[in-house]
Amino acid sequence: MRALRKSLELKSRVNRTAAIRSGDILAFTTLRNELVRLPYFLDYYRAQGVGHFLMVDNASDDGTTEYLEGQKDVSLWVTGASYKASCFGVDWLNHLQWRYGAGHWTLVVDVDEFLVYPFCDTRPLHALTDWLESQGRKSFSAMLLDMYPKGPVTAHPYASGQNPFEIARWFDACNYSLKRNPKLQNLWVQGGVRARAFHGDSPEQAPALNKTPLVHWSRKYAYVSSTHMLLPRGLNKVYDDGGGEQASGVLMHAKFLDTIVAKAREELHRGQHYAGSREYIAYDKGLQDQGDLWCSFSTEYINWRQLEILGLMSKGDWA
Amino acid sequence: MSTDARPETAPLGVVMLCHTALHRAAQVARFWLAANCPVVIHVDRAVGADQMEAFRKDLGTHPLLRFSTRFRCEWGTWPIVAATQAAAEQMLAEFEQVEHVLLTSGACIPLRPAAEMTDWLAQRHDVDFIESVSIGHAPWIKGGLSEERFTLHFPLSWKRQKYAFDMLVDLQRRFGIRREVPRPLQPHMGSQWWCLSRKTLQGILTHPKRARYDRYFKRTWIPDESYFQTMVRIVSDRIESRSLTLVKFDRNGRPNLFYDDHLQLLRRSDCFVARKIWPDAHRLYDFFLSDHTTREAPIDPQPAKIDRYFELAAKQRTEGRAGLYMQSRFPLENSVNSKTAAPYSVFCGFQQLFENFDFWLGSVTNCRVHGHLFAPEKAEFHGGATVYHGAISNSAALRDYNPRMFLANLIWATRGERQCFSYNSRDNMNSELNWFMATDRNAQISVISGCFILPLFRGEYKVDDVLGHIGWLQRREQEFISILQSKWTSADIRVWTLAEFLQSPQEFLSQTIRAAFPDARFSEADMPQSRPLDGFEEYLAQLRNLGLPPVLLQDYKR
Repeated sequence: MRALRKSLELKSRVNRTAAIRSGDILAFTTLRNELVRLPYFLDYYRAQGVGHFLMVDNASDDGTTEYLEGQKDVSLWVTGASYKASCFGVDWLNHLQWRYGAGHWTLVVDVDEFLVYPFCDTRPLHALTDWLESQGRKSFSAMLLDMYPKGPVTAHPYASGQNPFEIARWFDACNYSLKRNPKLQNLWVQGGVRARAFHGDSPEQAPALNKTPLVHWSRKYAYVSSTHMLLPRGLNKVYDDGGGEQASGVLMHAKFLDTIVAKAREELHRGQHYAGSREYIAYDKGLQDQGDLWCSFSTEYINWRQLEILGLMSKGDWA
Repeated sequence: MSTDARPETAPLGVVMLCHTALHRAAQVARFWLAANCPVVIHVDRAVGADQMEAFRKDLGTHPLLRFSTRFRCEWGTWPIVAATQAAAEQMLAEFEQVEHVLLTSGACIPLRPAAEMTDWLAQRHDVDFIESVSIGHAPWIKGGLSEERFTLHFPLSWKRQKYAFDMLVDLQRRFGIRREVPRPLQPHMGSQWWCLSRKTLQGILTHPKRARYDRYFKRTWIPDESYFQTMVRIVSDRIESRSLTLVKFDRNGRPNLFYDDHLQLLRRSDCFVARKIWPDAHRLYDFFLSDHTTREAPIDPQPAKIDRYFELAAKQRTEGRAGLYMQSRFPLENSVNSKTAAPYSVFCGFQQLFENFDFWLGSVTNCRVHGHLFAPEKAEFHGGATVYHGAISNSAALRDYNPRMFLANLIWATRGERQCFSYNSRDNMNSELNWFMATDRNAQISVISGCFILPLFRGEYKVDDVLGHIGWLQRREQEFISILQSKWTSADIRVWTLAEFLQSPQEFLSQTIRAAFPDARFSEADMPQSRPLDGFEEYLAQLRNLGLPPVLLQDYKR
């Protein structure tokens, strides 16, 4: 109901959903002023086999809207309403998923999130969803992995179309805290560079990294808080609790590029983010003070196999 | 010789059971036809007329191609056998030159040139290749029912009528209903995919009692894995009990799919055919259906390598990697033996008793020994590092937010190097962490109780309320020790009182270190010295006069 009411805030700009074929994997994204990131983002997921992008543009003024209108596999909605009041975009996307996602595998990602899954270098996303279906699985988890450059984030400006992980090549391999949320069964994962660099004194405020972005959607489903939690709660049971490993992936997070400085300023000004934008306050301060997120025990990214060996994701028994 | 003479029909006929990805099935059929192998295709009746039409069109007409009577084949049910029988009958009747019939599915792919297979079979013309295992000896059956597949009635579909199916099985068990297996059949099971000689196949299909046997098998469970496997035993005398088709099953009994990245693995197979191929595995289809297999140098078959590959995957799914806590592996408390990834040592009191204990331990074991990892101020990593392997921060707040994960992470991130650290009651002890370590078989915990008082005795730090402070330390140590002495522990635990330990400090220390580091090299002369305890007895007496309970260090006398 809430999503339905909030859907009134959405205005369709280009609707190409008639082109969606049965079996297509659909990507859902909310964004604002991300023009520079879009070419690489769209190409990355096209190459993985996403069939159609359904995007909500929250009042961009940098040409994002016009750029997306020109993409043949994008359907675009625009809204000037409050990101915060829409539960950070969840309501909008829940509605679009309800409307267009049922029966499809849906992938909810931000423009700075890049899905890495087992064998992603040799098997398209369809291979994964086919296999998940054969296993009777409806959801697939991919933890958010914050990537960062060595040296100040402003040292290497990001150029449109570039692979952001040429710059933000580093990550924290093994400093994650996991707790079980008894109510919704999901795991609460925190840690990584954001906890280490910005929340050394306030670990409970470190952002949640657990995500379940890939779901075989049904009209009965809904995201509760970003893509961290789902209803019904069985969809959150993406882990094995008897010692075994379920298959899982990683969402590589290209947040820490030079673009973040301007973004942090703007977001602070707008005050549209979670918990009074304290994250952005911390970045604004932290990135100015120390500049470098890199430490001598940072790990340089190689490929999915490395993430698998490190235990950040798992093949499970997908051989 | 005339150039347009019809090539000779190959002695190998291929039966294909198809229901999805028909474009791939057509490709494979063309592969066999190109090698002059007759092909009889069964298409599931569930496939729609338009799809069927497109498939026929795709294949065109070929003198060696036939379509057989269509059945609706549901998993685990009789029509699969009926479809196979019909197709095989057609094959034998219409292609007289066929000496062997290979049963495949539409998702199978040939791994070698067809000619290699026909030559190989020609040398074994009367041998039947069919996995046929007596049910008493088939522990590999996945999915619960084993012998009961043959002795209960199964009139229902497991896929569509799951609940009723299970109820019926329960009822039959409860009332002891059993079917007789018709004599002289001996139930056998095995892979559905076989390659039988004309003589044997004919023998099964024209067996005088076939009607009786078919009636029996119609009501067994998964007859496609038992009908031919059982029947072959009464008509053939040259059975090689193995399948020429490579299939690897997962833990749910579903065949694992093969993808492009399995190309090299599949080339190492000693089988002729593999299933199941993911329909979009373009590289596999391109490679194995082209003449690559003839052109490229042969590779030595190493089927064990393939087995190992899938066994490892299954193991990762069921057992996982010990000591790993992550988004898709989060074992419940006590559901696993190993809570951490590798052995580690916890020392309580040693740092207070011995001169430069951490330094000495590091030098005799070649390990980077930490200080008090759970010190209230910060995690005292080796060398005072502010961040350690895995980018673990030394922030006390981050550590105390989830101490168990802090420890598990440290052990996971440093696999290969034993972690040693000090821990005592002044540290941020917490009963969850205490239990975690005490019930972890990777932990070695050695405690000299009462040593927490030594820094006070030496005046290393001052407190206003000495007795209160000592009481607090004492309570925490007692809690820890009572956990260590409970019956639920699995760590390697040693507990001494200070007085006990001082009776033979070098021996106890050496014992402890050698238990953790069998290769550590040190002699008596290398042992660290106990720090002086002159006046300690007087200090204790003083405290007792102030009101310290006599329980603490009551056995201490110099």
